[in-house]
Amino acid sequence: MKIDNVTVDKIAHLARLEFENEAKEQIKKDMNNMLGFIEKLNELDTTDVEPLIYMSDEVNVLREDDVKHDISQDDALKNAPKHDSDYFKVPKVIEKA
Amino acid sequence: MKIYHSFAEVRSDLEGGATTCTDLINDYIQEINSKKELNVFLEVFETSAMEQAKRVDEKIKTKTGGRLAGMVIALKDNLCYKGHTVSASSKILEGFESLYSATVVDRLVAEDAIIIGRCNCDEFAMGSSNENSAFGNVLNPLDTKRVPGGSSGGSAAAVAGNMCIAALGTDTGGSIRQPASFCGVVGYKPSYGRVSRYGAIAYASSFDQIGPITKTVEDAALIMEVISGKDEYDSTASSRPVPPFTKELGNTPAKLRIAYIKDCLENEGLNPEIKTRINEVIGKLKAAGHTVEPVDFPYLDYLVPTYYVLTTAEASSNLARFDGINFGFRSENATDLESTYKKSRSEGFGEEVKRRIMLGTFVLSSGYYDAYYSKGQKVRRLLKNKTTEILENYDFILLPTTPGTAFEFGQKSADPIAMYLEDIFTVQANITGLPAISLPMGKHSNGLPFGVQVIGKNFADSDVFAFSDYLMRTC
Repeated sequence: MKIDNVTVDKIAHLARLEFENEAKEQIKKDMNNMLGFIEKLNELDTTDVEPLIYMSDEVNVLREDDVKHDISQDDALKNAPKHDSDYFKVPKVIEKA
Repeated sequence: MKIYHSFAEVRSDLEGGATTCTDLINDYIQEINSKKELNVFLEVFETSAMEQAKRVDEKIKTKTGGRLAGMVIALKDNLCYKGHTVSASSKILEGFESLYSATVVDRLVAEDAIIIGRCNCDEFAMGSSNENSAFGNVLNPLDTKRVPGGSSGGSAAAVAGNMCIAALGTDTGGSIRQPASFCGVVGYKPSYGRVSRYGAIAYASSFDQIGPITKTVEDAALIMEVISGKDEYDSTASSRPVPPFTKELGNTPAKLRIAYIKDCLENEGLNPEIKTRINEVIGKLKAAGHTVEPVDFPYLDYLVPTYYVLTTAEASSNLARFDGINFGFRSENATDLESTYKKSRSEGFGEEVKRRIMLGTFVLSSGYYDAYYSKGQKVRRLLKNKTTEILENYDFILLPTTPGTAFEFGQKSADPIAMYLEDIFTVQANITGLPAISLPMGKHSNGLPFGVQVIGKNFADSDVFAFSDYLMRTC
């Protein structure tokens, strides 16, 4: 697998990141190096091996559906870069017709 | 200030009236200020530390102090502490203040430990040299031309530099043990699930564990007694009871069976003096009547690649929450919603973090998921099975923590893969979820320390502490 500009653009969009000019060349090079590195795994035969997904051996950790540890609206908004007294603020999403 | 080598020394001075918690905090703050050039602390929590110190002093007077009364602890800057700033050493969390405390922090404070501040680390715990912090390098207190290791570099440097008696770090691929090795202190990575991860800023959730960095095995065991155990805020935290880890210390163990991985010792990247020291430890253990045998582990070269497939995938998912909307940094250059996400993230994250998000997004993306991510999970099972198989025949695996001693700034930062290979001996414990410790048992002729590492059976944390204590005393 070789990462080209189209793939970099596609992945960058999925990750909501931007790379332009030199930064784009650099990330392409880095991703190709890293892929080459991890492709070593293909040397191993994993036929009939189940993927290991959960590291915890806890089974069905359940709890009562009680409200606790709730955060006040003021606290929730406190760390937002832009907010008013009630809402997180974002740039306008709907354009006027 | 008086240099303390263990919490027992501190406790004895506190109980004997030779010092007080407020004096200790003043002394540590003075020490931190006199070593500002090391860039270890991003913030000293002076006000809250003083308040805690006064409160604990009162308790000590009335002999009602908790198990950690007067233990001055520093936090890695990825652990939440209510009402305090936390940044993961990233620009993207600019101005963020925790709304709650990590479970580990609550448990420490409940036992009267005093939290002195937050320590610099690699951004989002991604790195092996502390060169990836948005707030600059941490210098190794033992040699300021060299890195302290990473990602918990500040935490290890704080303990080694006598700026606190203990610190908490997080370990995803070696981030507690590798800096402990480079700074000459003890670093412990618990069994996965032994310690709640609630309130640790996640990097790779199936690998991350919080653990102690200390000067002695006893102090690490004591902290683990306090921070371990079930937590209703982290469903991966184990419900198994927490044994008294400190209780077995000091005993001479029955005859043990210890394995060492031949290929680790024969690895061409391993510094010859470290190899010699490991062989010396092996010799002493054998002389004491223990069985120490070489074993085959044919997967050494697959450990770090497996780690990178899986951790970058988990990171790309965990770091999706940093979007410039709900908290932290927002780019001034954004014009619409999409560019708010893209520009805030592109300007807020550092190079290494972006590199890992990109690789992680790629291995999870449609069409490549099976070939890379799923493949990584399958290999993870092979690695776990093989390691578990070794530990069915042996009590412990003995190996180096790091291939070398602390390296100079810039020496490995140009080549990400050279840096990744720093973790070759430490990632095995994270991939398999097993407990592992780095013990400051080596001194190189270049004057720098290095660690000897022990991996134990799953949830045999207690045995790892007992054996570590024995190793430190006898080898």
